[in-house]
Amino acid sequence: MAILDLANPTRFLNYSGRLLPWIAVASVLVLAIGFWLAFQAPADYQQGETVKIMYIHVPFAWLAMFAYTLMAASSLGILVWRHPLADVAHKAAAPIGATFAALCLVTGALWGRPMWGTYWVWDARLTSMLVLLLLYLGVMALRAAIDDPSRSGRAAAVLTLVGVINIPIVKFSVDWWNTLHQPASVFRMGGSTIDGSLLWPLLTCALGFSLLFATLHLIAMRTEILRRRVEVLEARAAAEAMG
Amino acid sequence: MTRAFLAILRRDLALSLGSGGGAGLGVVFFLCVITVVPFAVGPDLALLARIGPAILWIGALLASLIGLERLFTADVEDGSLDNLTLSALPLELVAAAKGLAHWLATGLPLVIAAPVLALMLNLEPAAIAAVVATLLVGTPAVTFLGLIGAAFAGAFRRGGLLIAVLVIPLAIPVLIFAVSATTSAVTGPVPFGTPFRVLLGLALFSLVLGPVAAAAALRAARG
Repeated sequence: MAILDLANPTRFLNYSGRLLPWIAVASVLVLAIGFWLAFQAPADYQQGETVKIMYIHVPFAWLAMFAYTLMAASSLGILVWRHPLADVAHKAAAPIGATFAALCLVTGALWGRPMWGTYWVWDARLTSMLVLLLLYLGVMALRAAIDDPSRSGRAAAVLTLVGVINIPIVKFSVDWWNTLHQPASVFRMGGSTIDGSLLWPLLTCALGFSLLFATLHLIAMRTEILRRRVEVLEARAAAEAMG
Repeated sequence: MTRAFLAILRRDLALSLGSGGGAGLGVVFFLCVITVVPFAVGPDLALLARIGPAILWIGALLASLIGLERLFTADVEDGSLDNLTLSALPLELVAAAKGLAHWLATGLPLVIAAPVLALMLNLEPAAIAAVVATLLVGTPAVTFLGLIGAAFAGAFRRGGLLIAVLVIPLAIPVLIFAVSATTSAVTGPVPFGTPFRVLLGLALFSLVLGPVAAAAALRAARG
């Protein structure tokens, strides 16, 4: 099977239907292991047990950024190849990514209250995640505002790509503006600064949430494809009824 | 090509200046925002002097955004956009010409009005000069980023709230560097030139990004 065969929506439905139960089960298992590891992991020497929030907060942040990257790649698929499946992937990823971004902000606020003494600070990382959430909501609002699905897909793709160009600039400017959040500690030059006893549960949780994202995304894509087919059938039935 | 560009520029300028309320209304809106703020935060002149540059910038940002709605709408409705698409000028340059005309008609008056409004907010001369300089550089950036939202709104016939939701996240860097340039002109510690040069860079960047993305949005609407 070539990867390009998947570009056919019927084949995609076929293969994703067979794949979906496995990914769903894997995500439940890996998340269960990850949470178990997280509760076995030692408490942080400064932060105590509140560091447990990290095991969901950090994966949410990563996946919020990953979902936007996926949407940007799909946007290229929409604009360059005008591919219907890319449009479906783009549309399905937006609400999931927005939810992860919102959850990242909420869990961060709950973590910030005991650690920083406040739910919210106007710090660079918090602010750029908030801007990312706003971009998600903008893309979704633009899609909702336009009825014709193919035109709304291309419009949302243009906006997504503008956002991709803009995100590094926003990131850079808010860093310049104000910084309190700790800098990147897992993926950095010279290795991770997190101890292995905390890092492995974190990576397991991240894998589990990634599988969860894949599950939700596949379900949303399948639903969207079927919804479009139903719409076509309804339109055809209505046209026939008109005579 | 230059002649076509100038022709669109002249036409749009004549339309927005001649239709009445184009340039003036934006300045009046700007004045309204500046008037409302002291009622909200209290008439403390020391406080107003401190937050004045930020208030001026928020007012200018909102005033730049509200005018954008009609930028493409009329041309889409009466079909002149189809005409412009068929002309020898690339759609990107059409968008750029319209953006430039829009800035001359609505953005430049805001810059000219700013010193008077700054006096009402008790700004000292150095701060006034800094605000005017950042507005002169920053409002074109906002207008050209706003072109993207205006193209969506015009092509898909959707209203002003959508423009604000789409454009405000994109305009955050401009706001950050404009306001930090004005504060550093008054209190330091960084010299005025450092954030101001970044602001210049952002303005040049959006001068390119805005028309290209706006043209892409117009083409997307065409299908």
